[in-house]
Amino acid sequence: MMKHAISRRGVIAGLGAVTLGAPFVSAQAAPRVVVIGGGFGGATAAREMKALLPGADVVLVTNERTFTACPFSNLVIVGERELTAQEFGYRSIEKAGVRVAYSAAKSVDGSARVLTLEDGTTLPFDRLIASPGIDINWEGLPGYGMAAAEKMPHAWKAGTQTTLLRRQLEAMDDGGLVVMAVPANPYRCPPGPYERASLIAHYLKTRKPKSKLLVLDAKDMFSKQRLFLSAWAALFPDHLEWVGLSKGGKVLSVEPESLTFVTEFGRHTAAVANVIPPQRAAAIAAAAGIADATGWCPIDPATFESRLVPGIHVLGDASIAGAMPKSAFSANAQAKVCAAAVATLLTGGTPPEPRLINTCYSLVTPDYGISVAGVYHPAGGVIAEIKGSGGVSRADAPPDVRAAEALYAKGWFTTVTREVFG
Amino acid sequence: MAGRALFVGLMLLASVTPGAHAATLELPPAGASSCGGCHAPPGVDTAVPTLHGKTAAEIVAQMQSFRSGAQPSTVMDRIAKGFTDPEIEAIAAWYARQK
Ligand SMILES: Cc1cc2nc3c(=O)[nH]c(=O)nc-3n(C[C@H](O)[C@H](O)[C@H](O)COP(=O)(O)OP(=O)(O)OC[C@H]3O[C@@H](n4cnc5c(N)ncnc54)[C@H](O)[C@@H]3O)c2cc1C
Ligand code: HEC
Repeated sequence: MMKHAISRRGVIAGLGAVTLGAPFVSAQAAPRVVVIGGGFGGATAAREMKALLPGADVVLVTNERTFTACPFSNLVIVGERELTAQEFGYRSIEKAGVRVAYSAAKSVDGSARVLTLEDGTTLPFDRLIASPGIDINWEGLPGYGMAAAEKMPHAWKAGTQTTLLRRQLEAMDDGGLVVMAVPANPYRCPPGPYERASLIAHYLKTRKPKSKLLVLDAKDMFSKQRLFLSAWAALFPDHLEWVGLSKGGKVLSVEPESLTFVTEFGRHTAAVANVIPPQRAAAIAAAAGIADATGWCPIDPATFESRLVPGIHVLGDASIAGAMPKSAFSANAQAKVCAAAVATLLTGGTPPEPRLINTCYSLVTPDYGISVAGVYHPAGGVIAEIKGSGGVSRADAPPDVRAAEALYAKGWFTTVTREVFG
Repeated sequence: MAGRALFVGLMLLASVTPGAHAATLELPPAGASSCGGCHAPPGVDTAVPTLHGKTAAEIVAQMQSFRSGAQPSTVMDRIAKGFTDPEIEAIAAWYARQK
């Protein structure tokens, strides 16, 4: 807060009294908001910003013409859905009055408040909203680099990686061993690896019944653990083995040529290898100076303004959002709250104290859904869960409830992608 | 550049008179924008019921019975427990105004 005041005063000081004395009505210059990243967080923020402040000049900067959504991409991997169902363009967002710049954000001058794109364009801004998502931390797992990902796909950014893993599973002989490595926290979509493990086990059980999935995990505890473990015991006793940290599950290195995973306790060679590697905020976060030593971006819990660079707001996977998990649901909810805060700040108000919801649905099979939900507020300088709210689906829920949750999961995806891209 | 600087100057002015300009901003009450992650306007192909067209009183009553458990639910009980009565009333009134 203090920093912010100082930097504003710095700008004013350079201007002299003429500007300060200018009458309010001459505020012709439209406020300029630039948004980095056309994914769940960024596309939502840009659209919501334009809706709240139609007079604002809102520019969405995206490094892809087509966004490929990760939620439900685990169904694509097991052949239950096509990748095209995951793809979204920006036409409706442009129609809503947002200018879309199709180039990567390259550098940010936080004190001059100018963003420079890879194509050389410079975009001055009054406020910048960054939702650039994650990058794989290629230094995070010995042996795992970009070339290794062609042999041992991560499929943790949807697109060609998703179809690569699918083709490998399809090509595998019955009787093959599939091995998946799961990282320590934090990473994008905490329950995502376990949904993927479930769906791969379901695929093996129904299509390649002599095969098995081995999950090597760097943690002992994970999201919706009791629900997943009991579903696995009931549905996939012969097709899924999960090995946690204390049983030697942590993968120390990989050997891509032989599809080998090296753990403290031994070596596992796979027929199909899926490595979910350690991650960090996308590279632009470090370039902009908004990421800290952890690789993620500290923020104010009410406005999502960076703790490191005033005038820049960060949300979605790249941000340190306290108790909120890194999910598309969170990114969408945070973007709406952030846009409201930015609109309020730009019109001279004080941002209200927000409430946020997250719900992560996971599919154990295509018609067996479970969820974890939470309601959040700013408390003690971080985003905290409201006591007594949230939790996971009931442990004793009958099959029709699991089926209903699978339907609601699909409904959520339809609704959120329509709200953002439709 | 001058435009931006002008604007920053104005922001400062505006913040001296709180809410002077903010009056033109219509923000949803706290929490309401998150409901829209699952609840779509009518016409969207989803199993989640739409909230559009409900009266505020209906939404308040349902939220309260989700919270108490009187109305069984898959997820709404867990969400409703995160909101106080005044918060629910504000959200319900806002939804009732949506077209
Ligand atoms: C397998 C899997 C399953 C998942 N399932 C679910 C689920 O069921 N529910 C759920 O809620 N979440 C799910 N998630 C998580 C969800 O995908 C992410 O949390 C979500 O995408 C985060 O949104 P974001 O805006 O932070 O990042 P993204 O959606 O990744 O968007 C970031 C965008 O910014 C772009 N970008 C990056 N750098 C730049 C730059 N310098 N310039 C311009 N553009 C840039 C990226 O290319 C990308 O398009 C899943 C994730 C995975 C991997
Ligand atoms: C994660 C998705 C999700 C979110 C977020 C969500 N809802 Fe719901 N809502 C549902 C589902 C699913 C149902 C059906 C009941 C159930 O199974 O929980 C429902 C039912 C309802 C109903 C009853 C509708 C009817 O016609 O029976 C109301 C009212 C409601 N929600 C209000 C809200 C409000 C207000 C919010 C925001 C504070 C909200 N919901 C957030 C998923 C959601």
